[in-house]
Amino acid sequence: MEKQFPRIICDPDKCVCCGDCEMACSMTKHQVFNPSLARIRTMRIEPIVMLAVGCKACADAPCVLACPRNALTQDPEKGIILVDQEMCDGCGWCIEACDFGAILLNPATKRVEICDHCADEEEPQCVKFCKKEALTLAVPETASQQVRKDAVSRLLQELVTGK
Amino acid sequence: MYWGKILHIDVSKRKTHIQRVNEAWLKTYVGGVAMAARLAYDNIPKGADPLGPDNALCFANSAFAGTIVPVGTKYGVAAKSPLTGFLGDCLAGSYFSASMKRAGYDGIVLKGKADKPLWIFVDDDNVYFNDASDLWGKGTFETEEAIRAKVGDERVRSCTIGPAGERLVRFANLTNDRGRQAGRTGLGAVMGSKLIKALAIRGTRSVKVADPVNLMAACNKLSEVAQSTKTEKYRILGTPSNVLNMNRLGVLPTRNYQNGEFEGAEKVSGEYMKAHYTEKAVACYGCPIGCEQIAHVKQGPFAGARTSIDYESLFAFGPNCGIDDIEAVIAAIDRCDSYGMDTMSSGVTISWAMECFQRGILTKEDFGGVEPTWGNSQAVVDLVKKIAYREGIGDLLAEGTKRAAAKVGKGSEHFAMNVKGLEAAGYDARGFQTFALGCAVGTRGPCHNRSLAYEADAKGTVDRLTGGPERGAIAAEAENFAGVLDIMMLCKFIRNCFTDLWSEVPALYTYVTGIAFTKEDVKAVAERSWNLKKAFNIREGWTKADDWLPGRWLKDPMPSGGSKGAYVKEDQLRTMIDAYYEARGWTKEGLIPKEKLNALGLDDIAKEIGA
Repeated sequence: MEKQFPRIICDPDKCVCCGDCEMACSMTKHQVFNPSLARIRTMRIEPIVMLAVGCKACADAPCVLACPRNALTQDPEKGIILVDQEMCDGCGWCIEACDFGAILLNPATKRVEICDHCADEEEPQCVKFCKKEALTLAVPETASQQVRKDAVSRLLQELVTGK
Repeated sequence: MYWGKILHIDVSKRKTHIQRVNEAWLKTYVGGVAMAARLAYDNIPKGADPLGPDNALCFANSAFAGTIVPVGTKYGVAAKSPLTGFLGDCLAGSYFSASMKRAGYDGIVLKGKADKPLWIFVDDDNVYFNDASDLWGKGTFETEEAIRAKVGDERVRSCTIGPAGERLVRFANLTNDRGRQAGRTGLGAVMGSKLIKALAIRGTRSVKVADPVNLMAACNKLSEVAQSTKTEKYRILGTPSNVLNMNRLGVLPTRNYQNGEFEGAEKVSGEYMKAHYTEKAVACYGCPIGCEQIAHVKQGPFAGARTSIDYESLFAFGPNCGIDDIEAVIAAIDRCDSYGMDTMSSGVTISWAMECFQRGILTKEDFGGVEPTWGNSQAVVDLVKKIAYREGIGDLLAEGTKRAAAKVGKGSEHFAMNVKGLEAAGYDARGFQTFALGCAVGTRGPCHNRSLAYEADAKGTVDRLTGGPERGAIAAEAENFAGVLDIMMLCKFIRNCFTDLWSEVPALYTYVTGIAFTKEDVKAVAERSWNLKKAFNIREGWTKADDWLPGRWLKDPMPSGGSKGAYVKEDQLRTMIDAYYEARGWTKEGLIPKEKLNALGLDDIAKEIGA
């Protein structure tokens, strides 16, 4: 079976766009609160469409391919993108290459930062602080299995109750 | 955290300056309503015209804004109210507050009057005065979007006015983040009178806290509790769940408070709305509860109406106007939000006009050929627009019930449902008599948000259908409790999630600011805040006669339902008010003794207005 990398997945039905994932991220990585320093970002297309977006850990990640200085590498086991802060010069090619806007250019260091699933913590802190349980760390197949399970349960419920 | 900086913007001179405030000052006024009231006291001269250049819009942020403290990203704003002539203090949630914090300010004072329409852009340290001629006339949502597009950055957050604020509708409001409002007392008219269309802020700074480890642990726990049954009411149905409860208790204002039960309540209930119209419950920025019920009308004459629906808006346009067509109610609220107008004052002013029609005081001709009978939903939705644009009878109604009734006369004052000029909230005080006291003495008028006195009534800890002297202390305590939340700027919907609010809230404050703060400090600041607001009113000429209730609640027994026969007896009300003044440590005339003000650290105010 082809390997799938886990990524932070956001359920838009559950997300209320409170922004706590951004807060938890910037606190964990920079010891401050600032969404501009968060590696996961919320978007609210008013009034009801909302989602948190982070690194999708793409196979053959385009950001890695785009980097002219080989500063980005993909961890073969976890799929996370590692940034060599010495090599990176903040040129932003990776940002352009990313289809999800998931790469942060730190305005202070002028280097990019990418979600590493909180490698130094027990679990990703955005997931921990998402009390709506909209965020999960999962591989796409597991996530879609869960969605199917939920959908079928709903259908079943409707069949049984007639609503 | 605090920056120790208040940004002053004089729009007449197009000049700004920074006022530095020290830790002692910040610890004394903390934030939100208390800090806004202090700024208002200092920056608005006695007797200022609420719609003149001397009035100042005083924004005061939360110490918690921009941190992970749940429901703590809110701001307070105060000015002299064009509706009451006293202090109008409001609060609102969401992104605007976070932007103000990240831009580096604890507060913003906006005064003067521009020579032409402007929108102000606070971009971290820089302040720009921009021409707003292309924004003037736009609705609140549109204005905010247009400004974001102009700057080209999603992080720009604005506090805007709509057409109602531009036309100085006395209950126009300030709007931010699409449908979050500093809603009451007409602060939108104050901004409109200054020819300011919007105050936009982009803040990019990081927010630091004193004790991240303890803060994260405490917030993790609090946010967890905020998913429990303690907030279930808000998360599932939102505040519209009140409709059927209030109807059962017989306090659901119906047809301009002529009754307390509505035969069509089921059709405008939170349950009905949820089943047929609610798309999603969403949250203010920084809130893990998520109470905002976004309702959407997809067909029929009001197709396209889509906004968040709360109980107070729902009662005002639904039962209170005799309307059981929830689509019309959603439409009326949607229009108010877009025009930038307080839904509660709008609904209650319209219902006053409808009762005038019912009694022949106003005629079909006065309404431009329309018959605004109870339940005439199209007429009500149309009246909302007429008020916002001051068209036809809308010009009269844009003045609010107090002024409109004074003009129309013929006994219509009896059912002009306001105290101090602010229209009443969605609880008939005849069936909630501790709250009746709260309504009479409230510094900004009759407000369920400033006085939580109705909790004693609703929980049944007192006999809600009659008054009593013990209510004085209960009402004062309920004001202080609400006050703590309004100063710390925590949304009231989290109030049941604390095990001991009086110790947990100061702990959060210390984790964030590093300033030592005790239970006693937090109690003192709540008391100081109420005295400050009262002091502002006293300086503006407040007398005991201003603390009273509309005639209907004093004379007309409730005709039917769960509060049948109840009315507020005048002698009992007087007794309760006296007891309240005593509980507050005020004189029999309701003035604040010098010693009291000195004890609260308000020595300068004691010299000016102390009794």
